[in-house]
Amino acid sequence: MEKYISLAHGDGGELSHRLIKDVFIEAFGDGNEALFDAAAITMSTNRIAVTTDSFVIKPIFFPGGSIGKLSVAGTVNDLAVSGAKPAYLTCSFVIEEGFLISDLKKIVTDMASEAKKTSVTIVAGDTKVVERGSADGVYINTTGIGIYENNNDCSFEFEEGDAIIVSGTIGDHGIAVLAARGELGISTPINSDCASLNKMLSEVLKSAEGVRIMRDPTRGGLATTLVEIAEDFQLTMKINERDLPVKKEVHGVCDLLGFDPLYLANEGKAIIVVTNRDKDKVIDILHEFPEGSDAVVIGSIIGKGKGQLLLETALGSKRLLTRLSGTMFPRIC
Amino acid sequence: MLEMLKQSNNPEICKPLVQAVIEKSKEFQKKFGRKPAFMEVCGSHTMSLARTGVKQCLKDDVNLISGPGCPVCVTDQRTIDAMIALAEGENRIICTFGDMMRVPGSNKTLLDSKIGGRDIRVLYSPVDAVKIAEENPDKEVIFLGVGFETTIPILTLMIGEAEKRGIHNFSIWMTTKLVEPVLRYLLDTGEVKLDGFLLPGHVSIVLGEDSYQYLVAEYSISGVITGFETAELLSGIYKLIDMALAGRVAIENNHPAVVSKTGNQVIHQWLNQFLTQCDEAWRGIGVIQKSGLDLKPEYDQFNAKKRFTVEVGEPRKTKCRCGEVIRGLISPNECPLFGKACHPMNPIGPCMVSAEGSCAAYYQYMRESF
Amino acid sequence: MCVGVPAKVVKKMEYSAVVDVMGSQTIVGTIFVPEVELGDFVIVHAGQAMSIVDETYARQSVEEWRRLVDARNAETVQ
Repeated sequence: MEKYISLAHGDGGELSHRLIKDVFIEAFGDGNEALFDAAAITMSTNRIAVTTDSFVIKPIFFPGGSIGKLSVAGTVNDLAVSGAKPAYLTCSFVIEEGFLISDLKKIVTDMASEAKKTSVTIVAGDTKVVERGSADGVYINTTGIGIYENNNDCSFEFEEGDAIIVSGTIGDHGIAVLAARGELGISTPINSDCASLNKMLSEVLKSAEGVRIMRDPTRGGLATTLVEIAEDFQLTMKINERDLPVKKEVHGVCDLLGFDPLYLANEGKAIIVVTNRDKDKVIDILHEFPEGSDAVVIGSIIGKGKGQLLLETALGSKRLLTRLSGTMFPRIC
Repeated sequence: MLEMLKQSNNPEICKPLVQAVIEKSKEFQKKFGRKPAFMEVCGSHTMSLARTGVKQCLKDDVNLISGPGCPVCVTDQRTIDAMIALAEGENRIICTFGDMMRVPGSNKTLLDSKIGGRDIRVLYSPVDAVKIAEENPDKEVIFLGVGFETTIPILTLMIGEAEKRGIHNFSIWMTTKLVEPVLRYLLDTGEVKLDGFLLPGHVSIVLGEDSYQYLVAEYSISGVITGFETAELLSGIYKLIDMALAGRVAIENNHPAVVSKTGNQVIHQWLNQFLTQCDEAWRGIGVIQKSGLDLKPEYDQFNAKKRFTVEVGEPRKTKCRCGEVIRGLISPNECPLFGKACHPMNPIGPCMVSAEGSCAAYYQYMRESF
Repeated sequence: MCVGVPAKVVKKMEYSAVVDVMGSQTIVGTIFVPEVELGDFVIVHAGQAMSIVDETYARQSVEEWRRLVDARNAETVQ
């Protein structure tokens, strides 16, 4: 096999065929789907969840994952927080001429491994190659299809006193990737938290009735995602600074560089808003999973009718939190 | 040692300290019939006081006024425009601290220039600029030298490094500010009535405790050098109120672990070797004599102002009142533009967008509701 | 420019040092603190160590706050 991707690999001819066979089908298995222009799927329901995401992360290999793992986990998580069981994924690649085929194989192997872990089948794909300089390495898009199971649904109806839970430490992915880029002169033992949460969240929905909403705090961080929930549903939410789970190494980097963990990206965390009555049950379920071992209640809904997010400082004063604005964190997912 | 350093944010210490400060302040209010008023002159203090919630907790009892503590904010608009115009030159790499990127110029920001294709780089460690110059011998590398006494020594390190390596395509656009001249200006004009100063924690590393004696000797006003953690801020404010109650005027070092009596002598040597006093224009004030430091003539080759000419017109007039904010005349929320036309995504002046800006601190950390 | 953080010197080179801030590490210049030793804590600003943290004074500060807090608690109890 050749060492580098060339434009010929994307022209649909002999080299394309070999690339699909030796790299993609080799990893994603089965092979029957490749016979047709579209994958035929039979569903038991007419209510499905569909989501799509593109991944342009740099560097493509980082502590805790790769663009491959992320492209599966990211889309799986979007389906999972919506309450759907992820079933099928498509994947599209735009590859820069000159890209190492061995790197492509690593990426695709990561995708296959993550798909297997999440019981998701990759059923369709596409590959394009662009001239050197027209893309930066590789960009991946995945579209996911999920099926709503017979679990409890998220109610999207909220009451004062509802608890706000985050499934683990915040800021890990942002810091791991920024450090891995090598531009900041920081070395840190922090790994990205990149992880598929579908099994954990499905268990939460199965066992707890009072889940109001789930969202994954990716770009923009925990604060941005909470602000969006507050505004979308006109809720006054309050989180407590002293309850926020942040690894000390993340604190250290943030102190050194002036970042705020509330605004750093996460790729393996979920926000769950749940009735006060069911919050302990949800925490217990999350704690049973390695991805949820640091889950904690960080705040609650304190009012309805006005969409805003407040932070209570360690001293007891309160202040407004807004969306991420101004700081530039390019290409972290 | 780490455990000890963490105590400065321990709520078990900090919450009672808040109460202690409030009680002391009530004694003051009883005696003098008004709240005590102190000015913090360090942008990082403004940020810390707001972010930790100290300012909010004390808002009914202590008047904490933000002063000219943010080096970008106190730089006059013409200089800001000149630095942005500098980026338009051909074959240049502009290196700068992060918060200069979004400071509004009369026509555009540095970020606009970067998006438009200019090579502008944000550096956390300014000495990296010298390396960039070495790696790009066909380009002129210019560092935007904005800063107070904590940052100015680092600029001298860059000159030393460039000289040692025989680099000829590196220069600094010097627009530095000193703390003492602007404090004297504020006290001489008497625009704001103060019971004392919260003195900057890291500028003091350079200057030393003894350098503030003029405040006592010439102006009969107290100052407490304070760190940035919650307990440090609170105990510093406590000491200021305590001194005012006792009628005692003095400079106290509340940051002795880090600030010495005479300052950092090694840094003084670097400053003396490379720099000389110069006049600087301050936003909202005008020129204050000998209020900045410029490169000595023997280092002209590293002085961007000597190597490059920049044409800028009259700065665009706006309703921005940063000039009054930095003098402590108004609080950010008293500016009619605050939160309406002027906010972090659309700043009208530097105070709203600088990492140490008073308006930015207020907007991010002190609003309790919309 | 951000607030200086105390960082522990874990490796010393000629004009610089590797410092550790709660488990993450970076390299800072030590030209302004030539007397710095391995194990010292330094205040870092824009990539340079500006001052060495004096442990005795740091402890004194904490004790001072504790005294203030205890004195207040004693009064409140009465």
